[in-house]
Amino acid sequence: MLYFIEQCLNGVQLGMLLFLLAAGLTLVFGIMDLVNLAHGSLYMLGAYFAATFAILTGSFVAALVLAVVASLLAGMVLEVVAIRRLYGRSHLDHVLGTFGLLLFFNELVRLVWGPAGMTLPLPPQMLTAVQIIPGVYYPIYRLVIILATLTVAVLLYVVVMRTRLGMLIRAGASNREMIGALGVNIKLLYTLVFGLGAALAGFAGVMQAPILTVQIGMGENILILAFVVIIIGGIGSIRGAFVAAIIVGLIDTVGRAFLPDLLHLVLNTNAAATLGPSLSSMSIYMLMAGILVFRPEGLFPAASK
Amino acid sequence: MTAPLDSSLDAAPESWLTPRPAFTVVLLAILALIPVYAMLTGDTFTMTLFTRVLILALGAVSLNLIMGYGGMVSFGHAAYLGIGGYAVGILAKEGIGSGLVQWPVAIAAAALYALVVGALSLRTRGVYFIMITLAFAQMIYYVTIGLDRYGGDDGLTIYRRSQFGGLLDLNNKTLFYYLCLALLLASIYLISRLVNSRFGLVIRGARSNDRRMRAIGFPTFRYKLVCFVIAGALCGLAGALLANHTNFISPALMHWTRSGDLIVMVVLGGLGSLFGPLIGAVTFLLLEEGLSRLTEYPDLILGPVLLLVAIYVNGGIEGLLEGRRRG
Repeated sequence: MLYFIEQCLNGVQLGMLLFLLAAGLTLVFGIMDLVNLAHGSLYMLGAYFAATFAILTGSFVAALVLAVVASLLAGMVLEVVAIRRLYGRSHLDHVLGTFGLLLFFNELVRLVWGPAGMTLPLPPQMLTAVQIIPGVYYPIYRLVIILATLTVAVLLYVVVMRTRLGMLIRAGASNREMIGALGVNIKLLYTLVFGLGAALAGFAGVMQAPILTVQIGMGENILILAFVVIIIGGIGSIRGAFVAAIIVGLIDTVGRAFLPDLLHLVLNTNAAATLGPSLSSMSIYMLMAGILVFRPEGLFPAASK
Repeated sequence: MTAPLDSSLDAAPESWLTPRPAFTVVLLAILALIPVYAMLTGDTFTMTLFTRVLILALGAVSLNLIMGYGGMVSFGHAAYLGIGGYAVGILAKEGIGSGLVQWPVAIAAAALYALVVGALSLRTRGVYFIMITLAFAQMIYYVTIGLDRYGGDDGLTIYRRSQFGGLLDLNNKTLFYYLCLALLLASIYLISRLVNSRFGLVIRGARSNDRRMRAIGFPTFRYKLVCFVIAGALCGLAGALLANHTNFISPALMHWTRSGDLIVMVVLGGLGSLFGPLIGAVTFLLLEEGLSRLTEYPDLILGPVLLLVAIYVNGGIEGLLEGRRRG
């Protein structure tokens, strides 16, 4: 039971990270109607930026802040140089163009940082575990991830729902020609939205970096998970992305932890050990396929499109 | 000599001297002569490379059938390569070495999978279709990782190529090359007949306006599903060829970036044109190979090339040969 609680927390933590990625993806998708396969590259860049800044400054917090700012700038530059030219094209052109960007960024990272991975060390006070309920110790850093991402999620909600910028973003999502006609600088707005998405992806990369190694291609598999999240949640819906991210995070983690044991009851050890993880990875895609068959627009379709 | 009143209405058959067909003819001639070149110079590497090009071109050609003519953007096409490959690999491991069993099983398994995926996916459209096909391919990817008996994550080595009795010896590289070329050209011919038939007209009609096609009485879902299954079966055949070519299969064959490669080949060559996918496969794989010989960082150039093609070129290389451009 205690192990179950711990695994659920891990699931929530993965879900929160997925939400950071999915929020940027769903904003860009919902507003600019752009399929961005290079979103995972921004996640990877964020992690590499943080590892580099940590070496330069020696401080985790400074590395975090600088890496997020660098991701924001990288995203805005990328939008102005390349992404902007893909708006209004077919999704197929998006796939081709951003697939090219993905290849480019993987190679660029190999050129700049070398083929070996990097690590982002945590400050010593983050390495301990705390007792959250009697008998359950949980690594403090994972709690920090959950709290930090939750804060970002709330901030994002406030920005999108309560500020003028958010109002423009929502207006852009429902009718881009109209807000352009009303005199809003739509080009700048798009650059900002793309930069915001990049900063969120970079932030996710930084937070995940101490747990996993920082390596080339680290964004590829998690990108597909983030796509699954926004499809399940409904494209363009941040609320949907939040709910779907938690569901996907929980299913993936809890499945990974308990399916092998469940399979043990019917299969021999070896088969269960290999089949378990692959079944739990599959379960997410089964969920997504099931949802799409019955609700082709996702769980929380964006209001107007 | 009669000059047409309006040059845009000129419906005269294409001359063989325009760049597009001439390019195709030259390309086919080069492909046909590769083994001769390899025999004369002893350069077997080139032939191995081009065998791979032909096999992946077959995959791209099958993807083009649904994507180019049917407007169904499948982001999980590598799954069929994997299913075809694993069908050969699993049967070989279980002691069934005959290609007369392996290949039909590979094709049938891919077709069956396509039937299930298509039946569920074709209810959705647009980007949801892209993502649901991706989801199914990811499932197959993880299934093969979980196949402990067949190598799991590490993949499976195939110790004997498919046996065709005394009929064909696939260990003969030249023969295998020509077999791949023949199957590729046969598939292109099949597709050309298919898309110009009544069936093909319904498929193409459904791409431009599905609702109207249904309104005039065509059950487009069934037509599209059949088209989807044919494409899956063809790509399953490509998978069987690929397993015989590399003597090895692994889940990496079905990673989503492999499906991306196939899309890139089709779009690069020219969506919805008969020889476009072949041109795209040749260009993409040779560019990859050539660049990795030139520099240590080939994707640093290849990536931006793909981006530029996506931005500036309308209709891929085929479109470029016709002089179509986008401002």
